Amino acid sequence: MAQNPENKDKVDRLLGELQKSYGDAITLELVGELIARLSAGSGRKNLSPTTERVFLEIEDLSRFIQDAKAEIAALRPDAVTEEYLPSAATELDAIVEATAEATNTIMDAAEKIESVMESVGEGQSKVLEEASTMIYEACSFQDITGQRINKVVKTLEEIESKVLALVNAFGDEIDRVKATLPADEELKAVTDDDLLQGPQLAGQGVSQDEIDRLLADFD
Amino acid sequence: MAVDKNMKVLIVDDYQTMLRILRNLLRQLDFRNVEEAADGGAALAQLRASSDFGLIISDWNMEPMTGIQLLREVRGDPKLKHIPFIMVTAESKPENVIAAKQAGVSNYIVKPFNAETLKGKMASVLGEF
Repeated sequence: MAQNPENKDKVDRLLGELQKSYGDAITLELVGELIARLSAGSGRKNLSPTTERVFLEIEDLSRFIQDAKAEIAALRPDAVTEEYLPSAATELDAIVEATAEATNTIMDAAEKIESVMESVGEGQSKVLEEASTMIYEACSFQDITGQRINKVVKTLEEIESKVLALVNAFGDEIDRVKATLPADEELKAVTDDDLLQGPQLAGQGVSQDEIDRLLADFD
Repeated sequence: MAVDKNMKVLIVDDYQTMLRILRNLLRQLDFRNVEEAADGGAALAQLRASSDFGLIISDWNMEPMTGIQLLREVRGDPKLKHIPFIMVTAESKPENVIAAKQAGVSNYIVKPFNAETLKGKMASVLGEF
């Protein structure tokens, strides 16, 4: 490439511009861009076949990287870290909380059963004791499910950190994709699938009383 | 020698429901002098504050101090090392059991467990009751 002094000057000038803008972090895509700019000019005519081949390979590689970046950005990894993963973790926490509450209620009932043991005959007392023991044993499910859920949450946190690294690497490309999305997605018609929201978190759904009032408004 | 069911028992677990289950099962076995701790560090503080505990029943998976770290502390403390220590945990791989045994565990119960297993393992370290 450096056989022609004119081309060498051009390369040096372009490299200088890149160095000023990007410092030492000159990526393969920028090199590809540089080559494309050079090739667009008259410089390409004076290249040896080997050098020309290398330039073409680098251009192809640069285009491939650009396309890959655009495809990854179109997958919206930012939505994964901002919306889906936090939502999943919140739902899992809600499971642990709900099962703990239910377990405590069940054990309240078992303790009530035990409290009447002394006021019944020996045979019945034994039956009540066995029943309450079975209840306590069964309630240990909440401990196991809680630990399993914690494992899942830790896995999600690991995934989130990896996807966040991806988001940081493709920040500009993701912003470009986001800018192309329609502004008012809320105005789309609500379908049956949209109505399948599942159980609501504490404080987000409506109570039975509120539902009854809503239904009464229709009468 | 008969087992003193008035002995102080320390149960250690970061799940409140498990502490409640253990307390109820111990009460059914007539062990009513039960204290609780939510992690190894709190348990160690309670043990050192009053070294007349007769039994420790501890979970493994807790933070910041795990059950096995608590076990090593107990076995490393001349005032506490004599206390029987039963690990009650969901950690069920052979390497867990080996590590606990090497650290000086008295017995090892895998969750979920039943009342009979708890009684059996307690009897194996305290004597029949």
